[in-house]
Amino acid sequence: MATRQTQSLARLMRAPAIILLLIWMVVPLAMTLYYSFLNYNLLNPAVTSWAGWFNYQYFVTDPAFMAAIVNTLVLVLGVLAITVIGGIAIALLIDKPIWGQGIVRILIISPFFVMPPVAALIWKNMIMHPSYGVFADIARFLGLQPVDWFAQYPLTSIVIIVAWQWLPFATLILLTALQSLDGEQMEAAEMDGAGSVSRFIHLTLPHMARAITVVILIQTIFLLGIYAEILVTTNGGPGNASTNLTYLIYRAARLNFDIGGAAAGGIIAVILANLVAIFLMRAVGKNLD
Amino acid sequence: MTTTFRALLGATALCAAGSVAAAQDPVTLTIATVNNGDMIRMQQMTGAFTEANPNITLEWVTLEENVLRERVTTDIATNGGQYDVLTIGTYEVPIWAAQEWLTPLSDLPEDYDVDDLVPAVRDALSVDDTLYAAPFYAESAMVMYRTDLAEAAGVTISDNPTWTEITAAAEAMTDRDAEIYGICLRGKPGWGENMAFLTAMSNSYGARWFDTEWTPQFDSPEWQATLTDYLTLMNEYGPPGASSNGFNENLSLFQQGKCGMWIDATVAASFVTDPEDSTVADSVGFAQFPNKDGVDNHGNWLWAWNLAIPASSQKQDAAKAFVAWATSKEYTDMVAEAEGWRAAPPGTRTSLYENPAYQEAAPFAAMTLESINAAETQKASVQDIPYTGGQFVAIPEFQGIGTQVGQTFSAALAGQMSAEDALAAAQSTTAREMARAGYPK
Repeated sequence: MATRQTQSLARLMRAPAIILLLIWMVVPLAMTLYYSFLNYNLLNPAVTSWAGWFNYQYFVTDPAFMAAIVNTLVLVLGVLAITVIGGIAIALLIDKPIWGQGIVRILIISPFFVMPPVAALIWKNMIMHPSYGVFADIARFLGLQPVDWFAQYPLTSIVIIVAWQWLPFATLILLTALQSLDGEQMEAAEMDGAGSVSRFIHLTLPHMARAITVVILIQTIFLLGIYAEILVTTNGGPGNASTNLTYLIYRAARLNFDIGGAAAGGIIAVILANLVAIFLMRAVGKNLD
Repeated sequence: MTTTFRALLGATALCAAGSVAAAQDPVTLTIATVNNGDMIRMQQMTGAFTEANPNITLEWVTLEENVLRERVTTDIATNGGQYDVLTIGTYEVPIWAAQEWLTPLSDLPEDYDVDDLVPAVRDALSVDDTLYAAPFYAESAMVMYRTDLAEAAGVTISDNPTWTEITAAAEAMTDRDAEIYGICLRGKPGWGENMAFLTAMSNSYGARWFDTEWTPQFDSPEWQATLTDYLTLMNEYGPPGASSNGFNENLSLFQQGKCGMWIDATVAASFVTDPEDSTVADSVGFAQFPNKDGVDNHGNWLWAWNLAIPASSQKQDAAKAFVAWATSKEYTDMVAEAEGWRAAPPGTRTSLYENPAYQEAAPFAAMTLESINAAETQKASVQDIPYTGGQFVAIPEFQGIGTQVGQTFSAALAGQMSAEDALAAAQSTTAREMARAGYPK
């Protein structure tokens, strides 16, 4: 049992790490908070004054703001749906012993190692381009008019690109869950006359619940901040069709050089992300208990 | 010899030794540049400069136009000091010079011959008669068209075409099954991309961005006509995916023979007539930027990519030496010797246009100079305007506003909203941003 001395010693020794972590998180957040109340534009740095709540009001009344919120949700939910459902399907497939299993698994996982801007460039110029892309070639081969993906279906295109990148992650996590499934239980169920569908619904899925939760939680955190794929392919457009919250903040900061407005947007994004996190922890996080 | 004299002598000797040492100190210049053909060529030619200045090493940061602008603006505004030489446009030079972010180029070497710079370009880069950037190449805009396709389609394009003429030619040349599109224009959003073209086009339609009270004018009949005609041209006769085509994308389409006409920067002329890169090199004709019937304004733009030195650079002397070299007559001669006169950086020096060898090698030389000289950046619209600039509005807020309006028009091009809705959205966004920036000032 720890004595009072060892307890205080432990506290003392933990202190540097905790203080460092606090500074690490608090300083940037405090600075963002401070800038969000300033009229501060990089192109006119001399004209800096106190703005009060104006930057916040300006950011949320931006005509692109609501579009950005909706697009962010569509992006997150769309990618989650594809990666979770697709991930389960692929995990089930590659869990079966097949010839060349090792190579197949590596190939399936490999998109995760491609950096997002590179992946986006490949999709933009080699796959979805209406003149040079593979999809256009296929369409022409079938006698159809090529689809101009980024103009006609900008958000769908980005969902596809992002889902392609995250599918391996989901597959990997779900595959490990699948591999820990007890074979005897399956056999027992089979002997009791359970069909493959009911075995999947009553045995496999509940067994994978934790892994699915982990996939949803981790992916949501990253998907809320999708940015490189949008920058490389559509620049948030056409119009605001593929602008998400992150890209809207980027636009304020780097295209309009409006640091005050961008900081206010950043704070709003932090608040919204925390709301999503609380909701997620309540809704699906209980699986982790 | 008195002690003072000795001390002075000693000090002089020390200074001399010091400056010799300074001249030989190894210096690394970080140069931010845009990824277009002329700049890439410059990077390949710098061997001559580093041989003559063995103590100077060059480090390149080559970026796409929009990214370059972001990086460079952020760096200079926060006094980051990351770059020693910046590639910036005619838009930035006067604004940044006024902020005292740039080093004045008043002491360039004697043989640099500042008076040889094309007057319109030199004026655009000077504030109170002081030069703040050296032009690497300059451009206006013009029509480039396929003479073979025009002939086959039975249309002629005059030297001073109107938009009616252009529309008819585009219709005649379009052959979608053969993947030949009558006209390629910029559609990629950005104030320096689709808005450069659309602003120039609107000027040729008699439109203006702001009235003299700085009220946005997107609700005017002139803008209505500009956008409607642009959308018709692009939807009926343009290539697929036009809403993401910028200068480079259209250049590549034209070089591959997919465009009947292309209205863009004059600097493209040397690339589309280059037999090594262009499949249509021998059948390209040139004409002035079109105007609308009854509007006496060709909407010529004036743009130059320039080399400037940020005031924050610690390596001013070496940077100046490099800027003077890269924009000198010798550099032009060197490019001509290595790659022929057609490849010489255009638009910056009067002497180049007086050179018979250049006139012969570059069939577009006369049209380029004519377009540059015809650019009226002080009065871009036939209506009264409170701003300067041809294809842009020379106020700091324009980058943000232009890009947002560009996004809206790009959405109209992609078919996501109507021309009326796009103009209404552009009007309200611009009014909102201008009110925030405190206009009229």
